Amino acid sequence: MPTKLSRRNFVKLCAGGAAAISLSGYLAPFMKEAVAAGAPPVIWIQGGSCSGCSVSILNSVHPDIEKVLLEVISLRYHQTVMAASGDLATDVIFKTAEENPGGFVLVVEGAIPVAADGKYCLIGKRNGEDLTFLDAVKEVGSQAMAILSVGTCSSFGGIPATPPNPTDCKPVSDIVKNVPIINIPGCPPHPDWIVGTIAHILLYGMPEVDTFGRPTMFFDGIIHDNCQRRQYFDNAIFAKKFGDPGCLLELGCKGPIAHCDTTYRLWNNGVNTCIKAGGPCIACTEPEFPGWPIFERIPEMPIAPGITATVDQIGGVLGAAAVVGIAGHLAGNVLTGRIGPKKNHDEKEGDD
Amino acid sequence: MAEKIIIDPITRLEGHLAVEVEVEGGVVTDAKSMGMMFRGLELIMKDRDPRDAVQITQRICGVCPVAHGTAATLSLDNAFGIEPPPNGRIIRNLILGANYVQSHILHFFHLAALDFVKGPDVPPFIPRYEGDYRLPEAVNKAAVDAYLQALKVRAKAHEMTALWGGKMPHQQAIVPGGTTEVPDAQKIIDFKYRLKECIDFIDNVYIPIVYAVADAYPDYWEIGAGCMNMLSYGALPLEEGMDHVKKEKFFPSGIYLQGQYKDFDPAMIAEEVKYSWYADDTGGNKPTEAVVTPDVEKKEAYSFVKAPRYNGQPMEVGPLARLWVMKQKDVVGLGNKAFSTLGRHFARAVECSMVAHAMDEWVGQLVPGQPVTTPHEIPASAQGMGLTEAPRGALGHWNKIEHQRTAVYNAIVPTTWNASPRDGKGTPGPFEQSLIGTSIKDPANPYEIVRIIRAYDPCLACAIHLMTPDKKLISKYAVC
Repeated sequence: MPTKLSRRNFVKLCAGGAAAISLSGYLAPFMKEAVAAGAPPVIWIQGGSCSGCSVSILNSVHPDIEKVLLEVISLRYHQTVMAASGDLATDVIFKTAEENPGGFVLVVEGAIPVAADGKYCLIGKRNGEDLTFLDAVKEVGSQAMAILSVGTCSSFGGIPATPPNPTDCKPVSDIVKNVPIINIPGCPPHPDWIVGTIAHILLYGMPEVDTFGRPTMFFDGIIHDNCQRRQYFDNAIFAKKFGDPGCLLELGCKGPIAHCDTTYRLWNNGVNTCIKAGGPCIACTEPEFPGWPIFERIPEMPIAPGITATVDQIGGVLGAAAVVGIAGHLAGNVLTGRIGPKKNHDEKEGDD
Repeated sequence: MAEKIIIDPITRLEGHLAVEVEVEGGVVTDAKSMGMMFRGLELIMKDRDPRDAVQITQRICGVCPVAHGTAATLSLDNAFGIEPPPNGRIIRNLILGANYVQSHILHFFHLAALDFVKGPDVPPFIPRYEGDYRLPEAVNKAAVDAYLQALKVRAKAHEMTALWGGKMPHQQAIVPGGTTEVPDAQKIIDFKYRLKECIDFIDNVYIPIVYAVADAYPDYWEIGAGCMNMLSYGALPLEEGMDHVKKEKFFPSGIYLQGQYKDFDPAMIAEEVKYSWYADDTGGNKPTEAVVTPDVEKKEAYSFVKAPRYNGQPMEVGPLARLWVMKQKDVVGLGNKAFSTLGRHFARAVECSMVAHAMDEWVGQLVPGQPVTTPHEIPASAQGMGLTEAPRGALGHWNKIEHQRTAVYNAIVPTTWNASPRDGKGTPGPFEQSLIGTSIKDPANPYEIVRIIRAYDPCLACAIHLMTPDKKLISKYAVC
């Protein structure tokens, strides 16, 4: 690829969250050059989704969305953006795949309902037959050079896969096995994560990912580590109702188990982020989302793949995994009585 | 012999929609609108902490999450017997109002405009339906420039919501009893500064372009009338008070039914399922008695969208309905021409400006440092109704709480009203009524249909509760 920016520096820039300098100042020209030199086209298909991921990428600021759409990404199909309707639109998917075998990037937004042979989500017609989202992901996905699962639904199942999972929704990784898949979870994902990951693929190939398939340049840290309210936690000042100053743990904050960088990347052109606005983190980038009660203190924490423990138990399993630091903090606070033990279900009341 | 046109998918709208129309002698004689996706979010709500509704239901729609968050929290406030202090009420209004601005700009420029404006000759603007782009070249160019400018302005409106809500889409600040952050002077300034940019764009670019489109496509004042019954639940409360219908709101509650203005009574809402794939056919259910037993073998049914009716009548919801009900002078001044494809675009643009200017006043009413939330307790059992207006129309959430858990949850969303199938009496829904009688110039480029449908700003992720697994459509696009 024609680029003077080393991969190492690119990752540093992305991970730094200093988007105002990095992605606009450096990235866009390189990506434009890459596209001009024949970088892979992008097909973006939506299934069991709310379109929030698409709306989120419209908020891309650096590079701004106008550049993303017109210069940076050769976007061939996007249901909510494109001019065409009907077969005219659907044909573009298959034509692009056919003309670029193994040479295009498929972006999947939304979970894939597999119940009733996938007929809970039809995205158009093909040769006169209903085209299920399931078949589109299977067929087009298996010909792609890489698949980006954008959003928690396509990455892990997300909201529509929540019990009782009425349509048996699956993540992309359960459907396509022969193509590298990168998960960019988040409800919605930050536009920088989407654009940055696509840029990495176009310029350098596949980025480094964690055990859940998330690019480490965006998902390495946890919310709790860089939380704007961290000082409250360390000083054991806990908000008891919304609008109070204090750590939001008792109001349901899942920051200690949520992997992403929005506490310093910030949302919507840097104006704010969930916890800063007084809203408890809901851990929307995690595979378990939205499994927990949203406004209650974390009932249990994953401490290693397949192993979970309640906050109260965690004091006893120190040393188990990477969350030791947090576990220590939480256990410390529990032990010193700063955040009483979790209430039994029967005694549960509102958080007045 | 009647021709059948099926457009699947209708793109540039939220969710998955197909439309099937029958054309005889160049005129639509029958129309069916069909949603293509089901996620079953109401089933997911059952047995959860009732408060989770505020976050989960936002995920019904990424374009109007704020409206769902608002309706959910109003239904919880109602069930818990609480209401926010003035600061909380105002911040909720600013969050919802800013999303109106975002949603209306997104809808007109990025979803609907390409029906009238010829985009640049690059993907994703090509391919497109050819044949009826009438704007003069200079105006078309200005509109394309505005498309790009609008991308930035709508992002700015999202920043306004995020200032209070943490992030957009899917803000975090609307909670039972109020909002999550006490305002300070800096926030107020940050909000006003961005609002000014939005107002400049709305008044000096958005509205003039709507006028330009109206000049070039005057026949669309006559196309797509619909059912001409208007419903507004009302939204954006301007005073405290527990009675949503009676208290003063920026958008008043009201209806316009068969040519008469009337007071709105929530008890008149029922969902009919005669032509929907549900087992029950009792002729109409109250929102809290929602039927969720699918029956894909049901004869005559052709959609899993239910048919909500007000006093047995189909109702249009959205900006046109709100402004007609409040007798806004520009819209009512159009007379019956308002009930049209252009009338809907016009009302949306006028409303966008009204809400933006009103927010400038509201943000000045915030008192820095004063509380934003009323504390709450989850009752053992309760029932709540939350009515508001999403950018695309009347939105209601209903809950029943038992053992401090959600027992029943039902959302009747704007597109369920507008995209509803026929009811028990066989009366078609608003989309269908808008399509029937329309002349189709060229069945290979059926731009009339997509223009009519898109003017309603449909949001199918919201509307579709279920679809039949063995739906049988005549499977050709174009003619059969």
